[in-house]
Amino acid sequence: MPVMTYRQALNETLRQEMHRDPNVLLMGEEIGVFEGSYKVTAGLLQEFGPKRVLDTPIAEEGFVGMAAGAAMIGLRPVVEIMTINFSLLAIDQMVNHAAKIHYMFGGQAKVPMVLRTPGGGGVQLAATHSQNFEVWYAYVPGLKVVAPSTPHDARGLLRSAIRDDDPVVFLENLALYNTKGEVPDAADDGDYTIPIGTATVAREGRDLTIIAYSRMAVLAMDIARRLELEEGLKIEVVDLRSLRPLDRPTIIESVKKTGRAVVIEEGWLTYGVGAEIAATIQEHAFDYLDAPVKRVAGVEVPLPYAKVLERAALPNDKHLLKAIRETLYGTRS
Amino acid sequence: MTKTANVEPATLSLAVSSDPVENTTYITDFRDDDPAALRSIYRTMLLTRRFEERTGEMYTKAKIGGYCHLNLGEEATVVGLMAALKPEDYIFTNYREHGYILARGVDPGRIMAELFGKDTGVSRGRGGSMHLFDIETHFMGGYAIVGGQIPLATGVAFALRYQARPGVVVCQMGDGTTNIGAWHESLNMAKLYKLPIIFFIVNNGYGMGLKVENGSAEPELYRKGCAFRMHGERVNGKDPIAVRNAVQRLRLMAQDHGEPAILEAVSYRFRGHSVVDPARYRDEEEVRRGREDDPVLRFAQNLLDAGILTDEMITTMAAEVEQEVAAAIDFANSSPDPQIEELFTYMYASPVANMPGPEDALEAARIARGEF
Repeated sequence: MPVMTYRQALNETLRQEMHRDPNVLLMGEEIGVFEGSYKVTAGLLQEFGPKRVLDTPIAEEGFVGMAAGAAMIGLRPVVEIMTINFSLLAIDQMVNHAAKIHYMFGGQAKVPMVLRTPGGGGVQLAATHSQNFEVWYAYVPGLKVVAPSTPHDARGLLRSAIRDDDPVVFLENLALYNTKGEVPDAADDGDYTIPIGTATVAREGRDLTIIAYSRMAVLAMDIARRLELEEGLKIEVVDLRSLRPLDRPTIIESVKKTGRAVVIEEGWLTYGVGAEIAATIQEHAFDYLDAPVKRVAGVEVPLPYAKVLERAALPNDKHLLKAIRETLYGTRS
Repeated sequence: MTKTANVEPATLSLAVSSDPVENTTYITDFRDDDPAALRSIYRTMLLTRRFEERTGEMYTKAKIGGYCHLNLGEEATVVGLMAALKPEDYIFTNYREHGYILARGVDPGRIMAELFGKDTGVSRGRGGSMHLFDIETHFMGGYAIVGGQIPLATGVAFALRYQARPGVVVCQMGDGTTNIGAWHESLNMAKLYKLPIIFFIVNNGYGMGLKVENGSAEPELYRKGCAFRMHGERVNGKDPIAVRNAVQRLRLMAQDHGEPAILEAVSYRFRGHSVVDPARYRDEEEVRRGREDDPVLRFAQNLLDAGILTDEMITTMAAEVEQEVAAAIDFANSSPDPQIEELFTYMYASPVANMPGPEDALEAARIARGEF
């Protein structure tokens, strides 16, 4: 199987979907001439022209709403928001409009659009450019929210998102764009999709379950591998892949097997994804738990610029290791 | 009478006239018009008037819940606009939209049923007064986050152009909406991408209670597109023919030349912002003047004077309309409520794993009834 970066997987998938369906078009700031802030749309303006790769003005609410409206009569816009931080300017169109139109009008209009946007911090972009707002969208019935962690899943989920008839928030991550992984090509299962709303057991184990998504799922996989090599521990990793709908059965089944769970997310702790998962586990697998569910998350401050402060505020392998040890051996700090 | 702001900002004078109920002339020469079309406009105005009066009544009887905003006093604006639209056109509105969907020809019974929250309603009881929708007639919905419909309407215009389809989009909005950022973003994109869209402002003088000139530094709202070199006009919104003629002209400009435009119809609402608003912020003299110039009565008189309507016709139409609205209320009354099993039915257009279904809906209903 060919190996490619997360960025390449996205870029090729966009290209393939645009070839497959003339109603698929791209919209966003600096995605054409500039080829995207993170170059995900590189080469696409050249290949498809300005009609299908639309450089929009800096007007997030306007062009996200325009995409939703265009979707209502049959286009399938894929909108790029430069980072998830800027999506807040468009959140009314996503939450009050895109998410509501199908339901509120009794199923008469669909909104098949994708909002692609990277989140996350760690590269000294300071307080307003390093946040994780996917949970705001995941809160909203009517939206679908996916957050792939590998090039393979990025491709499969982007295909599903573009072909889906509902508004999908597609979360990317700045630190993942250059990560590499195997992605099936045409010779294998070239046209695979990944069903939205399904998690995956990315690594099987029996001692403890780590539940994560996006970049933190990559971190979880690294730690699980390391702990097996160094200590012989069998850690199971559930990669959520979708935040809405949330695949509760996969989480519950895994925790029933391992009896221990750690949830890690890059965003802030309070009201976060970890809170939802910990609640789900205690509601459905309480009797199977051998230890309290642990949450690892970002420190609750506006992310500072200085490297030393930024590093102290973001969850990393040490935080995860500490939580795993406490959950396995009951030690308290 | 129309005022126009042409596309060159430099040519605009700075004279400001902010009186929303300023005296305007009325078109009384109907020689170029088809009498049947004029009578139909009058009838639809009458239907809107009666539908809204009875809707207010149904609200006080608690048949209708939530918020409810009426088009009373705005009938000429509403029906004049709708008379200019073609079947291929799309219309987006705000939450004061009963008259627009009636004038689009949607069955009044299904509209009243939506207000009653019934399964037979135009939005199957999921939307209510503020969220009427009918895909068949391209009535693309009433929206209740002020200005939320504007980027969506711009998007449909974008899709029409993308797919090289005929028709235009009309985006109806209130005067207060002209202060919203999304409108200015949409004006910019509409002009930039040459989209077939008309931004139709109903200036009834007030946001909820805020006067136009106290909310907008430019109270001549039709001029607010100047920064985008967008054509704008103001029209007497109490004259259905003036409104219709202006929309017809701008429609062709938008469709054939990709020139979007702003049309401001100066109108007046007879009642408060919503059915529960006593509107104490308006002075009595203004309300008296506003109501005295009743667009339905005036248009009837103009058509009588021109020999297009007779007193008998008016009496007959009034009786028909009365009957039609009564039948709509009967239909709504006798319609079934939505099924509880269908609580989650329209949540997603594409089925998806791990979403709730009919059993979850029934479970929620049982618990709500105290059955646990």
